[in-house]
Amino acid sequence: MELLLLILVGVLYATGIFMMLRRSMVKLLIGLILLGNGANMLIFLLGGITRGKPPIIGDADKVLTGIYADPVPQSLILTAIVISFGLQSFAIVLLKRVHALIQTDDLNDLNTPDTSI
Amino acid sequence: MIDRYIILPIIAQMFTAVLLIFFWRKVVVQRIISVLGSLVVLVLSIGLFSKTWHWGYLVMQAGNWKAPFGITFVSDAFSSTMVLLTGFSGLAVSMYSTVGISRQRIQYGFFPIFHFLLLGLNGAFLAGDIFNLYVWFEVIIISSFVLMTLGGKKPQVEGGIKYVTLNLLASVMFLTAIAILYGLTGSLNMADLSLKMATIHNKGLIGVTGLLFFIGFGIKSAVFPLYFWLPSSYHTPPSAIAAIFGGLLTKVGIYALIRVYTLIFIPDTFTKNIFLIIASLTLLTGAFGALTKRNMRMMFSYLIVCHIGYLLGGLGMYTTLALAGTIFYLIHDIIVKTTLFLVSGLIYKIRGTMNMDELGGLYEDYPKLSLLMAIVFFSLVGIPPLSGFWPKIYLFRETFTTHSWYLLVAMILASLLTLYVIAKMWGDVFWKKKPAIEKSTDDFAAMNWRSKFMLVAPIALLVFISLYIGFCAERINVLSERIANDLLHPKPYIEAVMGPKEIISPQSN
Repeated sequence: MELLLLILVGVLYATGIFMMLRRSMVKLLIGLILLGNGANMLIFLLGGITRGKPPIIGDADKVLTGIYADPVPQSLILTAIVISFGLQSFAIVLLKRVHALIQTDDLNDLNTPDTSI
Repeated sequence: MIDRYIILPIIAQMFTAVLLIFFWRKVVVQRIISVLGSLVVLVLSIGLFSKTWHWGYLVMQAGNWKAPFGITFVSDAFSSTMVLLTGFSGLAVSMYSTVGISRQRIQYGFFPIFHFLLLGLNGAFLAGDIFNLYVWFEVIIISSFVLMTLGGKKPQVEGGIKYVTLNLLASVMFLTAIAILYGLTGSLNMADLSLKMATIHNKGLIGVTGLLFFIGFGIKSAVFPLYFWLPSSYHTPPSAIAAIFGGLLTKVGIYALIRVYTLIFIPDTFTKNIFLIIASLTLLTGAFGALTKRNMRMMFSYLIVCHIGYLLGGLGMYTTLALAGTIFYLIHDIIVKTTLFLVSGLIYKIRGTMNMDELGGLYEDYPKLSLLMAIVFFSLVGIPPLSGFWPKIYLFRETFTTHSWYLLVAMILASLLTLYVIAKMWGDVFWKKKPAIEKSTDDFAAMNWRSKFMLVAPIALLVFISLYIGFCAERINVLSERIANDLLHPKPYIEAVMGPKEIISPQSN
């Protein structure tokens, strides 16, 4: 399971960065989304994967004993997902606005701020 | 000391921002609330600073959950100083924005977003938990995205794309580093991490994680190979927005870098060398970039990049005095860079252009205002006894004790080039005869005295602070040396957060 997730994280990072390096704005956006998902999977993976051991304290016990699934990475991922959702929707609106203004998808055309005095 | 006072600057800022949302369309009310809110936050920040100075460390555990489990807010001398500086810059920019930001932008929600940005900054400075720091960074960047693109002019959104992309990438890097750190230690509390780091045997992975943090924060603070987004975006929004960005946003990256690299990772020789080399290259590329630009604000953007090099260089040398120099430079830089962009905005109001070829004769028309601006430029260059001079003494001296000669060369060259660039700019904008092609629409002269006051007073306030830093350098020395000492000896910090000698394990309780 770890190995599968590991490969998945690697693929997400690699494709994400590859897509970010393309010239198209939409591909840039897809790259960002993939990278964000890769980071979330990485947190999940590095938190340690435990199967079928929920972190619930039984009626008889006072504290958790033995091995149990770590709940912290899940809350971290939840926070990160919410944040990246907000940021990505902002990025989509921004790209749409830029597209409406300059009528192109090519990042090479975005040089008004550098060339204008 | 456990104290709930620490949360007040954050709460007050949030309250102001939320209150402003209720007056979405009422421009005048928003202006008044914003300035009053910033004033309240400033007073609270001064209170926080003096309390922290007296007690050493203030700690608040959110929801009363003990340190490694709950979310911790910590105020030490470093964070409270940064909050104080944010308070001053925030008040100045808020005052300036009442006139400097157009009615249209205010109706699109400039002020609430501006206060959310300051909220994020205050939160980031006071966070004692690395994931919490990440969340505050996100608050900062999403507000800054909106401010950057507010108004939706063509260069603005185009610069915005670069800004958004690189900052999102930086966030992903930061998150990746946090994930690895959590996998290594199973903790997120910075004080706890500092303790647990010593027990990790996989030193190689620690180094890699540290460098991931460096890349994440490096993009945010615009160090050498990662700075290209800054000069192509910072000159596009209105000057008031650029002022808060230039003054504080890159500095929060440096703050996080210093915090992480003194508390969690202790840099080895390899990392220190990387810092020194990158600092030198940042200094040089920033200064050369500034040389090539004829637009005032683009030039100032490159100067931001250039001067980040001093801060990073101080961290790279990693001695008490070098860190003290870095802190002093940070204090000076926040105030001066904010003022610099406000000044450029004022010049834009007077002349209607930023192009140095079309500017001129400002000294002739506004001699008193020009003198005020001259103080800013001189302290930026570092002419004694103004504020930029003192931290450079520290930094230059420490290059001799640590034998970092190439950093010394880079710092001297960068200082010289800054002087040259500013002198050329002064000659062009203030002393040169006004070119004949002048459109001559002086918005500033046509304003009533109240508007003029609101534009000039914040600059005067910041110039006064800069003069205070310069002339009472001894006090800032004491402050920055204390901060540097605290940073290099984090034991009291850890004890303040974790409780003295209390060993917390999952089995206790």
